[in-house]
Amino acid sequence: MSTRTSRKTSPLAPVAAKATGAMREFGNIFAMALDVIVQMFKRPFQAKEFIQQFWFIASVSIMPAALVAIPFGAVITLQLGSLTAQIGADSFNGAASVLAVIQQASPIVTTLVVAGAGGSAICADLGSRTIREEIDAMMVLGVSPIQRLVVPRVLAAMGVAALLNGMVSVVGVCGGYFFNVVVQGGTPGAFLSSFSALAQLSDLWVGTLKAVIFGFLAGLVASYRGLNPKGGPKGVGDVVNQSVVITFLLLFLVNLVISVVYLQLVPAKGA
Amino acid sequence: MGVEVAVEGLSKSFGKQAIWRDVTLTLPSGEVSVLLGPSGTGKSVFLKCLIGLLKPEKGRVVINGVDLCSCPERDLYEIRKLFGVLFQDGALFGSMNIFDNVAFPLREHTRKSEKEVRDIVMSKIDMVGMLGAEGKLPGEISGGMRKRAGLARALVLDPQIILCDEPDSGLDPVRTAYLSQLLIDLNAQIDATILIVTHNINVARTVPDNLGMLFRKELVMFGPREVLLTSEEPVVEQFLNGRRIGPIGMSEEKDQAQMAQEQAHLDAGHSDGSLEEDMRGVVPQLEPTPGLPPRDAARRRRQRVMQILHTLPESAQHGILASLSRDDYDRYQEWRRRTTGMAMPSGPGTTGTATATREQTRVSQELPTRPAAGAQPTQQIPRPVAQSRPPAPQQPQQSPPMRPRPRPWRREEGDQ
Repeated sequence: MSTRTSRKTSPLAPVAAKATGAMREFGNIFAMALDVIVQMFKRPFQAKEFIQQFWFIASVSIMPAALVAIPFGAVITLQLGSLTAQIGADSFNGAASVLAVIQQASPIVTTLVVAGAGGSAICADLGSRTIREEIDAMMVLGVSPIQRLVVPRVLAAMGVAALLNGMVSVVGVCGGYFFNVVVQGGTPGAFLSSFSALAQLSDLWVGTLKAVIFGFLAGLVASYRGLNPKGGPKGVGDVVNQSVVITFLLLFLVNLVISVVYLQLVPAKGA
Repeated sequence: MGVEVAVEGLSKSFGKQAIWRDVTLTLPSGEVSVLLGPSGTGKSVFLKCLIGLLKPEKGRVVINGVDLCSCPERDLYEIRKLFGVLFQDGALFGSMNIFDNVAFPLREHTRKSEKEVRDIVMSKIDMVGMLGAEGKLPGEISGGMRKRAGLARALVLDPQIILCDEPDSGLDPVRTAYLSQLLIDLNAQIDATILIVTHNINVARTVPDNLGMLFRKELVMFGPREVLLTSEEPVVEQFLNGRRIGPIGMSEEKDQAQMAQEQAHLDAGHSDGSLEEDMRGVVPQLEPTPGLPPRDAARRRRQRVMQILHTLPESAQHGILASLSRDDYDRYQEWRRRTTGMAMPSGPGTTGTATATREQTRVSQELPTRPAAGAQPTQQIPRPVAQSRPPAPQQPQQSPPMRPRPRPWRREEGDQ
């Protein structure tokens, strides 16, 4: 009786339940992240699984990443090009687009592709294994699925993201160069020489670091959702969907945090 | 030698829905136990709790002194190496072929060379009759084959505890019989503790040493097979006979109105879905294939059961006595005369309960020294028919037809 009345009087109860549920999920992801980090250093390393996954993620990600990188770099350059022309700073167009591409665009594009193409496949794979009780069987055989399956996947996602990030940076800058010089009629020399005017080596490092962290998040979220599907084959479809959405949300949040910290810690060149 | 699994006060629920409460049982080391129960009573959940895949809210599962419900993850993985688990659908790894599936535990946990692995794996694959299919992927073979391959994988590390989740589902009766024999043979060879979860009556009647049943969120009973096989409990009787009349309904439970209606239908001559004869009663247990060593567990169990015999229900006592070989029976009678000064449990409850405590203390001292108890434990002794051996006074027949069942339609046929 008491429960019934209390249920009636608090319309916030379902909201509160949802909120605690979300917090619990977040806590679980965090716990799994720690597990993954600890198990990364545990022998034996699953080299075969790692190479397979690495190759798989790379093969599904390279083309889309390159194709997304060209217009992305182009758009940034075009936008900045018209802006810098208005304030008479054409000569810094190259520097600005390089900064934007390397620091922001490239890691994000890379991870969107890694999460969308590789992460969804990882999630679907682990999800279907879970509902077929393969994961249970593995645990019963005394093998940790985190160490055996998740760690190689997360490492593969990190590695692919780091390498892909380099490629996307180059392709993005090339795209920017092409559109600035050919389409907008900018000067090639000014574009190239302004690289070193504003950009510095640490920008490249932070871009790579971002890509590695985002790759970790993409692999982790995909694995976590894949290992916890709810109710049968439909649940697997749902978690794949969720894993991509959650990764994207996390991605932009973490990107903001890293960017703010970086800008505080590393002074801009010439400042 | 198998390991004892002690389950104490285990309760599990999903959200607000309780699966079962306060389950307490002990799987005696090296013996074969069967857990029966209607579909949806949480038998598989129980198995998963036993291996620590699910965490129960209350209670303990103790194996080798370690409580699986509260021990750290690392210990859990160590303990699990003692287990061989056969999942309902085999749970093979879809990306590996049968050979690699069976070899998986060996490659993960042992440092055997590839040749040794191959030898062991092929012998296990041969054991389950799958030679020739080892190169196939799990998706390419039938459900029954997947199940047998899953068993081969479960056995490859020579586990001390074998858990089987419905080994019969998806198998034809012949293969089920082979599988039952295989499990008994295994038990004779490696003396592993075996728990089979099933709703196959034949398996329940012939395979186990101990038999239990889950119903209505509780363990109805768990004990020597004879106890459940001769039980008067309505749930047990209904389940063993596969009748619609009784407390088990299509949904979890039945209400009074439905029970009354079904009874009315029955009285009107509509069949209740069961066969003619009563499936209860003690039938001979499966013996290991001739040539294999006798099951040590059978001897240990006989000793254990005889010690608690007087505490068991009357019908179960008679079932047990009837299943003894002539030698064992004489020995028991002799021992009984020495300890209590009486010949046999003469009729319902005259000796048993009154002298229970006194007997128990004596029994524990005397029984283990019984001569020749271990010498020839479970050989196929041509078992005398119930009537021809020295009969238990006042109980001339075995227990099966305990209670005449209401079968009005048959009486009508008789009248015609």
